[in-house]
Amino acid sequence: AGGRCSGSWRAMSPAYVPFLPQIRGSRARALPDRALVNCQYSSATFSTGERKRRPHGDRKSCEMGLQLRQTFEAAILTQLHPRSQIDIYVQVLQADGGTYAACVNAATLAVLDAGVPMRDFVCACSAGFVDSTALADLSHVEEAAGGPQLALALLPASGQIALLEMDARLHEDHLESVLEAAARAARDVHTLLDRVVRQHVREASVLLGD
Amino acid sequence: MAMEMRLPVARKPLSESVGRDTKKHLVVPGDTITTDTGFMRGHGTYMGEEKLIASVAGSVERVNKLICVKALKTRYNGEVGDIVVGRITEVQQKRWKVETNSRLDSVLLLSSMNLPGGELRRRSAEDELAMRGFLQEVDLISGVLVQVSPSLVKRQKTHFHDLPCGASVILGNNGFIWIYPTPEHKEEDAGGFTANLEPVSLADREVISRLRNCIVLLVTQRVMLYDTSILYCYEASLPHQIKDLLKPEIMEEVVMETRQRLLEQEG
Repeated sequence: AGGRCSGSWRAMSPAYVPFLPQIRGSRARALPDRALVNCQYSSATFSTGERKRRPHGDRKSCEMGLQLRQTFEAAILTQLHPRSQIDIYVQVLQADGGTYAACVNAATLAVLDAGVPMRDFVCACSAGFVDSTALADLSHVEEAAGGPQLALALLPASGQIALLEMDARLHEDHLESVLEAAARAARDVHTLLDRVVRQHVREASVLLGD
Repeated sequence: MAMEMRLPVARKPLSESVGRDTKKHLVVPGDTITTDTGFMRGHGTYMGEEKLIASVAGSVERVNKLICVKALKTRYNGEVGDIVVGRITEVQQKRWKVETNSRLDSVLLLSSMNLPGGELRRRSAEDELAMRGFLQEVDLISGVLVQVSPSLVKRQKTHFHDLPCGASVILGNNGFIWIYPTPEHKEEDAGGFTANLEPVSLADREVISRLRNCIVLLVTQRVMLYDTSILYCYEASLPHQIKDLLKPEIMEEVVMETRQRLLEQEG
């Protein structure tokens, strides 16, 4: 039971929500009024240019897991499932920059497929600033160049931001344009995801008949 | 030894001629269902900024003033009178914890079990100690359990079916389906609980595995599961070998035939 999806984007990552809320051994951690969202990120050894073995639980995985958790806690209606746990596992198959964004998009589809209630789709995109131009959806090479990078996760219908993260320094005058570029790209992703989901729902409901 | 290998290929979009034309309102999370505040909100919706917004992907169902969105795939939500099939996961003081494909584990109390020897015995301390004798973790009774999505099990008057092909099927509302060989004689005593541990004959086993493959087939093509559909599918699958039933082309063929017979029967 649960959702499965493969995000076809820069970084491909299948995500699955193995079981909707369920109390597990971690009874002590169960929150009395909300569901606990648990995200785990892992990266395949063949995902980057050089084959690299990544141990589970290393710093980058933990940090990414935490970011994903913050993003989805904002989007999932956790009040509806008290004392339960929602697990989201994401694995990156091919990374060429923008791994956080791809993970978020893939996980959104998985959570949707599993039937977990959410406020809206969560669509994410990265953006940067190179040579006085705002760039959206940075590739690995562009990320490695060392310029400022912004990661934005958006709830498209309401325009609310689920997560906004940036490293390196950026002059505040440029912030507006970079944010705008990221938002526009995220909305494009939303159009794509929306179309795919609607098609899937339509097919499934046609098959089910009544 | 020759082996068969299959490679994944992009899925073909479904032909629109398969189903009847439905005028359902399909939504995805974030869609506004209505701006009319007169409606009560049901499952799958939430209120945001004066609008009723969907929170799952599915079809909108409206009953008078209640609007809810029925998601494609959900965990099982129990209702009174439902038949469920579960798997024992834990033995506790006066009850068993049962896994039923729902959001949280279900509980089966000792006092609600029919014990051997009749109905009206008071549950004593010995019964508690003997709990493990009845049902222990990982117990296996002859038969096969198939797990499917709860939304595919049709609600009917009875869920226990004896199929003429020689096996019996229990369609749990929670999506667990239990296939087992039809017991030789029906015992009409006080409905006690007995464990049947005889080995199953080869013919019976073949019937059961064919049935299981049929059910899996119907599930992948998203056909509702009830006794008639399973029976038709079984008959349509007889010309093929059991292990061939899970191949895509054969699956489509069998399901087409099943659908046709079901439509003929209805109209």
